This record gives sequence, C-alpha cells and structure tokens, in this order.
Amino acid sequence: MNDDLDKLRQDLLGQVRKAESLEALDEVRVGALGKKGRLTQLMRTLGQLEPEARKAFGAALNRVKDEIADAIEQATGRLRAAEIERRLEAERVDVTLPVKPEPQGRIHPISQATDELVAIFGEMGFEVAEGPHIEDDFYNFTALNIPPEHPARQEHDTFYLPERRDRTRKVLRTHTSPVQIRTMLNRKPPLRIIVPGRTFRADHDATHSPMFHQVEGLVIDRSTHMGHLKGCLEEFCRAFFDIDDLPLRFRPSYFPFTEPSAEVDIGCSRAGGELKLGNYGDWLEILGSGMVHPKVLQNCGYDPAEYQGFAFGMGIERIAMLKWGIPDLRTFYDSDLRWLRHYGFVPLEVPSMVGGLSR
Amino acid sequence: MKLTLRWLQEHLETTASLDEIVARLVMLGLEVESVVDRAKALAPFTVARVVSAEPHPDADRLRVCVVDIGRERVQVVCGAPNARAGMKGVFAPVGTTIPGTGLLLKKGVIRGVESNGMLVSEREMGLSDEHTGIIELPEDAPVGAPFAQVMGLDDPVLDVKVTPNRADCLGVRGIARDLAAAGLGTLKPLRTDPVPGEFKSPIGVHLAAMDERACPLFLGRYIRGVRNGPSPKWLQDRLRAIGLRPISALVDITNLLTFDLNRPLHVFDADKVDGDLVVREARKGERLLALNGKTYELEEGMTVIADSRGVESLGGVIGGEATGCTMETTNVFLEAALFDPVRTALTGRQLNLQTDARYRFERGLDPEFVRPGLEIATRLVLELCGGTPSEVYTAGAVPEWRRTIALRPDRVRTLAGAEVPEPETRRILATLGFGIGEAGTHLAVTPPPWRGDVEGEADLVEEVARVWGYDRIPAVPLVRETPLPKPALSPAQRRVGTVRRALAARGLVEAVTFSFMPAGQAALFGGGKPELAIANPISSDLDAMRPSILPNLLVAAQRNADRGIPNAALFEVGPQYEDDTPEGQREVAAGVRVGRTGPKHWADAGSPVDVFLAKADALAALAAAGAPVDNLQVTADPPAWYHPGRAGILRLGGKKLAVFGELHPAVLLKLDVKGPAVAFEVFLDALPPVKAKTRARPLLKMSPFQPVERDFAFVVDAQLPAENLLRAARGVDRNLVAEVRLFDVYHGKGLPEGKKSLAITVVLQPETATLTDEQIDAFSRKLVAQVAKATGGELRA
Repeated sequence: MNDDLDKLRQDLLGQVRKAESLEALDEVRVGALGKKGRLTQLMRTLGQLEPEARKAFGAALNRVKDEIADAIEQATGRLRAAEIERRLEAERVDVTLPVKPEPQGRIHPISQATDELVAIFGEMGFEVAEGPHIEDDFYNFTALNIPPEHPARQEHDTFYLPERRDRTRKVLRTHTSPVQIRTMLNRKPPLRIIVPGRTFRADHDATHSPMFHQVEGLVIDRSTHMGHLKGCLEEFCRAFFDIDDLPLRFRPSYFPFTEPSAEVDIGCSRAGGELKLGNYGDWLEILGSGMVHPKVLQNCGYDPAEYQGFAFGMGIERIAMLKWGIPDLRTFYDSDLRWLRHYGFVPLEVPSMVGGLSR
Repeated sequence: MKLTLRWLQEHLETTASLDEIVARLVMLGLEVESVVDRAKALAPFTVARVVSAEPHPDADRLRVCVVDIGRERVQVVCGAPNARAGMKGVFAPVGTTIPGTGLLLKKGVIRGVESNGMLVSEREMGLSDEHTGIIELPEDAPVGAPFAQVMGLDDPVLDVKVTPNRADCLGVRGIARDLAAAGLGTLKPLRTDPVPGEFKSPIGVHLAAMDERACPLFLGRYIRGVRNGPSPKWLQDRLRAIGLRPISALVDITNLLTFDLNRPLHVFDADKVDGDLVVREARKGERLLALNGKTYELEEGMTVIADSRGVESLGGVIGGEATGCTMETTNVFLEAALFDPVRTALTGRQLNLQTDARYRFERGLDPEFVRPGLEIATRLVLELCGGTPSEVYTAGAVPEWRRTIALRPDRVRTLAGAEVPEPETRRILATLGFGIGEAGTHLAVTPPPWRGDVEGEADLVEEVARVWGYDRIPAVPLVRETPLPKPALSPAQRRVGTVRRALAARGLVEAVTFSFMPAGQAALFGGGKPELAIANPISSDLDAMRPSILPNLLVAAQRNADRGIPNAALFEVGPQYEDDTPEGQREVAAGVRVGRTGPKHWADAGSPVDVFLAKADALAALAAAGAPVDNLQVTADPPAWYHPGRAGILRLGGKKLAVFGELHPAVLLKLDVKGPAVAFEVFLDALPPVKAKTRARPLLKMSPFQPVERDFAFVVDAQLPAENLLRAARGVDRNLVAEVRLFDVYHGKGLPEGKKSLAITVVLQPETATLTDEQIDAFSRKLVAQVAKATGGELRA
C-alpha cells in the first residue's frame, strides 16, 4: 500500500513538473485534489481500514496531499511569473517614438506686462480704470489743459474720425490720460488708479506704431506730493525690472496737464552697443509724470486748494522691450507665430508680487 | 534749439566746463539731446604750407607738392588746380579717415611719385559741397595748428530740446539766463539803448486788425543807404554751426536776432513797398508769394501786412518775395512786432507752413523786448551794412503783461516735496527775473515779461523746485491706506484675464492687432460705417475702426501660413467698435483656427478644423468667464460672415453671448485666406454681471448609492436639433438624471430616408436607495415616451 502511495506521489509530482501552463496545472490539481481526484478518492477509502492502519495511512496520505498542494502552489507561482514574462516581452513598444504634439498656447508680452503692472501697482493700493478709445476732444485735450491752439496738440499726431453734424470730430485717444478726467468726474477723491490700454498716434516708423499701449497712473488726495511720486515710481521700476539698486532720475519737463512736471530716466549702460539696465551711470528715458495741474483738477470739479496728487504715463511696449530684450516695436502687432512663441508666456505664469512676476 | 558753447559764453560769464553746463541744463528741464564736438573728429587735420608745387613728370593735371606741416616736410601729390607754392591749406596725414568720403587715407604712389598724405577740399572735410579746389587758409594761420581751431570749428554744438512752455529759451540768451539762475555764472549785460533816429520814417504803419490782440505792437525803422552783401565770417560761422545757410548780411542779422535773442524780425526792401503798411485781417482769395518760393491762398482770420498793392507779408509767419531784400537793396524797413500766438498757430497750421518765426510767435514772445530787439538789429545793420536810421515808427503799444501770483512759500514743500528754505525760494525767483512783493502770509510774485507760461502757484513751485534740483527731492514711500491691498481689478476685469489665460491654456496663441483695418475688410464683418472711418489714416489699409477682431486674425493666420506655419490657432482679447460712443466699444475674446488640428503624426491623424472645435473654444471661454454654460441655448442664425449651415450663436435668455462656426467661404475668398477656417467671438461685456454674493458654495450632496447608466438610440427626423432630444431626456426626472451624453449620430443604411439615429447614455443617480430593476424599467419607459412626445423620435429597433 505504501508503495502504491509513493508511486502515486511520484506520478503526481511528475505531472506537476510537466505542467507547462496554468490550465494544465489546474487539471493536475483537479486530478489529484478535486472532488474526484486520486488523493481525494484515497481519502474516502480510509473509513474502510482498521483504526491502526487508518491512522498510519491517513497520516501518510495527508503528508502526500500537502506535498502535492505545495508543489502545485510553487508551480503556479513559477508559471505565473513565466506568463507575465512572456506577456511583457510581447507588449514591448518603441519608447523612443515621439509623443503626440500638444498645442502650446501663449500670452502676448503686452498682456503679461500689463498683468505685472497691475500686480505691482495693486500692492500699492491702485485700482485699474478703463475708458473708451474713441474719445471726445474734451477728454483727450481740453479738460487736460490742452486748448485747441496749444502747441502741444501738434505733437500728438492725432487720428480723427469724420466731422459730425455739430462740426465736432471724435479722436482716437492719443494717451490714456482722458481716463483721468472720466474717473475724476465720476468719483470723489481720494483716488489711486492705473489705466492700462490702447492709444493711437498717426505715426509709423521704426520706433513708432500707430497703435501702442500706455499705462497711466493717478493719485489724488490731500497731501500726496512729488516726493511720493518719486517713491512710487522708484518702487515700481525696481520691482518691474527686478533690479534692486536701479537708479531713477527725475528731470524737469513740461506736460500741459501736470505742474510741476518731470520726465523720468532709469539707469543704464550702453557700453559696447548693448543696452543694459542698472546703476551704470548712463540714463534712459522711460516715462513722463508730474503733479496734476490745478486747472485739470478744476475741470473735474475738484478744488485744487483742497486736493492734489500726481499722474504719470508710460509705454507698455517700451518697458516690455526693455525688460525682455525685444528689439523691434513693430513686431508686437505682426502676429508672427514664431515671435509669439518666442516672446510669449505660458498661460499659467500669472504674475503676482508674492509669487513673483515673470521668469 | 541749437547753440554753440562759445555763443552761450557770449551771454554767460562762467567758468563751468561743457560737461557741467550740459548736466545742469538737463536738470533745469532743458534736455540736451546731443553735443557735437567737431574739433574731436577734425583733430588730425592741421594747417600746412605748400613750400613748392612742381608739375608731375607723368601727369598734366597733377602737381608734386612739398608741404611744411610744422614738424617736418612731406611730399604730396595733389590734383587741385589751386595748389601752389606759398599757400596755406589743410593737411590730412596718412592713417586718417577723410570725413567727407569715409575713406582711410593710405600712403600711395601716384604715377610713380610717392604721396604721403593729402591736401583736402571743403567737401572732403565734410564742411560743404565745395570741391573745385583745396581749402585755402588765411596767411596768418599757424603751420601745424589744428585746422578746426583756426576755422573756429572747435566750438561744440549743443542741441537743446525746449519744451513748448519755455518760449524764452528759444534764444541763446534765455538759456544763459536759466543757467545763471542755477548758479552757473552770471548773465552778461546787453546793450539795448536807443539808436538816435535822424529822420522820420517815410513808411508808416497802421494797425487795422478787427481784434487789437492780433497785433498789439508794431515798431518800424527805415534805414537809408545800406550796402547788402555777404555777412562777416563770425556771423556766417555762427549760423552754419546751428545748421543755417548764410544768405546776406540783412537776412543773417534777422536770423541772428531770432536764434540769439528770440526776437524774430522782418526786413522789407523799402523801395519795393508801395505806400504805408497796414496790419489787417486777410481777405478771402488773397494770395502771397512767400520768401520760400511758394504761393499761399490766404483765409480770413490770418494777420497780414499789406501795402497799397496788397499782401506783402504774413504776420509772425513769413515774409513776401515781392518786398524781400536782395544784394541790390539800398533802403530797408525793419519790422519788430508782436503777433497773437493763437492766430499765428492757426495760420501756420492752415497753410501747413512751419517757420522759425511761427514757432516762436505761437509760443509767446517777450512783449518788452520788441523795442530792444529793434535797437540791437539797427546797430547790427549800421555796423555791417552802413546806412542812416530813421526814428522808430510806433504803432500800438506794449500790451499789459504784469500779473501777480500768490505763492505760499510752504507750497514748495507740500506740493514738490522739496525742503527749500524761504530765502532760497526768494533768491531763485529773483534770479529768474520774478518780482517779489510781500502780502501777509504769502509772497506776491510777478513773473518777468518773457515768462508768459507762468500762470499760477504750481508754476512758481516748479520754477523753484527745478532750480533747487529735482534730484534733491527725497523719495517718500507711497503708503497704502489699508494694511493689505484690495483687489486692483473689478470682477469684470478679472474675468477678462481669466478668459485670456483659459484660451491660451487650450493651445491658442494670443495676438494683439490694430484697432483699425481696411474698410473693405470691415464691411465684410458688418462694419465700414462712415462714422467709424479714420479721417486721416496713415495708410489706406488702416482706415476703418474694426467691427470685429476676426479679419485681423484671419489675415494674420494666412501670413503665418505663407511663412510656412500652417494650422494657426490665434486669439485676441480686445475691443471691437460698433459705433463711435463709449458703449459701442465692446470687449470681445475672439479666435480663429485655420487648417488642421495638428500636423501629421503617427499617433494622431488629426482632422481639418471644424465648427465644433470653435464651439468648444467658445464654451471654454464662457466657462472660464463663469457663464452658466449648461443653461445656454444654441441657435443656428449666425452673422453673415459665418457659414450659414455650420455656425451658431450661444445665447443666454435670448442675449447673444458668443458666436462660433466655420467662416463663410466667400468671406475667406475676399480676405485671400485659404480655409478651412473656424472662428469664435465671445462678447465679454454681454455676460451676466459677476454678483458679489456669498463665497460659500452650496452644500455638496454625495449619494452613497451606485449610479446606473442606460443607453437609448432614437430614430428622429434628420433636421431635428440634437439639443431638443438632449433637453427632453434631461427633463424626464431632474432629481434622477445626473447626465445625458450623446454618443452616436448615424445617418444612412438601415434608416428610412430623412431620418437619423441619435444614441444617448443616461446616467441615473439615486439619492435615497439603490434603484431596482423595476424602477429603472419604469424610468426607461417614461424617457422613451417623453422623448417621443418632444421630438417625434422612436426607439431604434
């Protein structure tokens, strides 16, 4: 009997060894340990034996059963590993294949620069104000203390719309300053606004575009003076250009709507024909500014004896060109995809003072 | 405004260097745009004496000269006809670059004879066009000395940008006065005492303008027996240095007065004036042949000076050819007058005529300097041309210019932020020529007659601050009113930025294009209204305000395609103009996609861009803007520039929020854009306002029960908008239907003619218990019935 069991054991172990697939192995398992399996059949015969023989044979049979179950389990592991191995081999791909191109959107440098301006001036308590591009002569000139025959009008190269029945002509705003007037006429002081937006001058050459962008700043309260103008613009320029020791120079100048007026230069170097911003001894003009002219305040219904403040205006393309090294103004409006991808910004780079401006 | 350093020093007693003067001018508000020091460029060129000039052995026209250049004698081959022994000329040594030609001078052998340098002409020195011979220097020019020094060219030329308010600085003396006030020297006295007249002027002047402000003062002086001719070298040099061409002594004197003392004058040839002069308004139809050789048609409102023949001169602008001076002129009538700035500006602008006189009159001239100017000019005429002067003929009077401005001394601190002590404020104003009186707590300040621009206290503050120095104003931080900043952007402004970045995140590239475009293109997009035309466009293709952003983007996409970059996806967030009012300017996010969704690729064949890509863009923009995209209606009534069958409008309660679709092929053809091209336009200002309600979100209910999906296919009329079926399905049970997805649209085989099949997946989300089969079946029956009722569709067999 023991010999028979051993033979059966050998036979089953042999079958397990020979099984080359999980399916074959399962057949072996069923043949050995299933309901009608050979070992299961033997177990059923135990009841017919004498108690002594039953004990001995039962123990032997259980050992064989365990051994076979073990062998099947091990074989299962081996076959599974082999099958995964085969599958992996079959699933091999060329990982050097290029991926599907995803279109890359970009933010225009003018938008990015505007967002940076807003981030910086926003920290200083400014709000963004806007106004129409097609303006009345009153807002663009007269209210800004530029009467019709003022020589400064000639310097504005104004675009006109056709004359209307009442003999007036609308203009394309030549600067963002009319929004000063619109804001003051609609709101009570104190005011702190910046006005980024489109402006228009009938001029087209290498350094002028018939349309460009300006940002206007206006602060009105009871005590803001030129020292504050200096402080405000110093902070702005240093933050925008990310140069901590960027020097500013305020030069007396003239604008009809400010008195006193100042043009502002920032430090630079032109050594070797290359423009570099910083404390290098040379100067580059970047903006015009001054204390709001009393007549402008009066034109807006503000009492100049009570209120005062400053205004400034600068070209957004100009500061963008300086910051990012863009050489040609006219390329801003070409919509050349090569240019937009090169100088544009990825959409998730939203500027903020605490998170950083642009890379 | 150009001047030379030595010219400035004629008015300013100073020890300051050129650099100091330039730096100070800049900080006074007189921006120095350039400083040209011709002596530097001309330094290598020196005075030389021709010792001998022998004929060249092998060339008839050449001479072999031995030239004494001071330290040695050199041999030079020269072709100039005037090269001769004993003359003094300008020597250019080997190794220099000739300014007029830009060529580097090398040692040479000319027809077998060695030449070690060159004797140069005026043209070769870049001084004039003169090239008939070499420059001949005066006998007494020291050999070896720098030629620039001998010729008076070693005087640096400054170009000062004078702002429109500083009319007083349109003369060298005004600039000197500002520098003196800034402590950079003292102003030298000017001799202005009257020249005694020896007879009464035979020409009289009558002021007959309607408005006496047109010409309040006209002084005239007759000078008999002058000899006109070239002006002396000092005067010619001075005018040339600032870029003026010397003409004759009489004309050069008036130019000198203009640029030196900011006092424009006019000289009539008295023998050509017929009778007395009358200052009056021009009559329509009158004409003037002006000194520039052009004839002008005059208009009413212009101030003219006429004699009995007619108009002879345009007051404050330009003189007439008929009464102009020539070299033969022997009797002159000198005019020094005041003309109204506004009329002068208007006249100049109407005639499109800019002159040095107009430039000054329109900015306002010193009313007290008319007489002194005339005296100085008389002296110069007598000195340079001889003659006998008449008494001054005076018409009109110096207009009242005195005005008093109250200045609170503390305003310099409170407005300019400059801590200027009051005595210093007084000193600065006094040196600038302002009169200062006491008036209790403030100063009563009288501006000098040459400062017509100073009108109020703020102007006085600027005067004090600029002389004190803007660089001495301390920077003060602009302190915020609140510890933390408030949002700088309104909700609507912020929304615009979000839409911009959302579109870029979808792969569209932002462009910024002009607000104007060709009128022809505007007309294709509903524009081209006459009130939105540009009256003075810089070019005919920028003559209309854009009614839509699309033409600019489409044309830009085609430009890119022409450069070899097809498949452009461009957008712009900006204005479009529906009329010329502020409300007519609308904020739009517009975009175009042209060509295919992408280039050929192994993993994605791509497809031509289509209407649904544009619709997706529009919806993404609207979603980014916070619009209720699930509640929008889609209508198929697009504007004319879209494909009528492949475009639609997204509406909210009837309000047009966005348009999307394929462009009309006829429009693309006219724009010369190769399709396919799709576009969208999102009207950001039509979106419902962002409500400032609570930030809290509605409570989130997450059902613990399994959602169930069921698919249905309906056969419907081919014309049925899918939206109708989807809406019907959604409406079956709003509490149960979480989502309805259209997953198949089928036409063709197996379906009757004129029918299509729409297959949807309905997601059911129970809230209170897992759905039973019976409940699901009941729902399905209800859905089929309701869809059938709403669309006439039947469940596909």
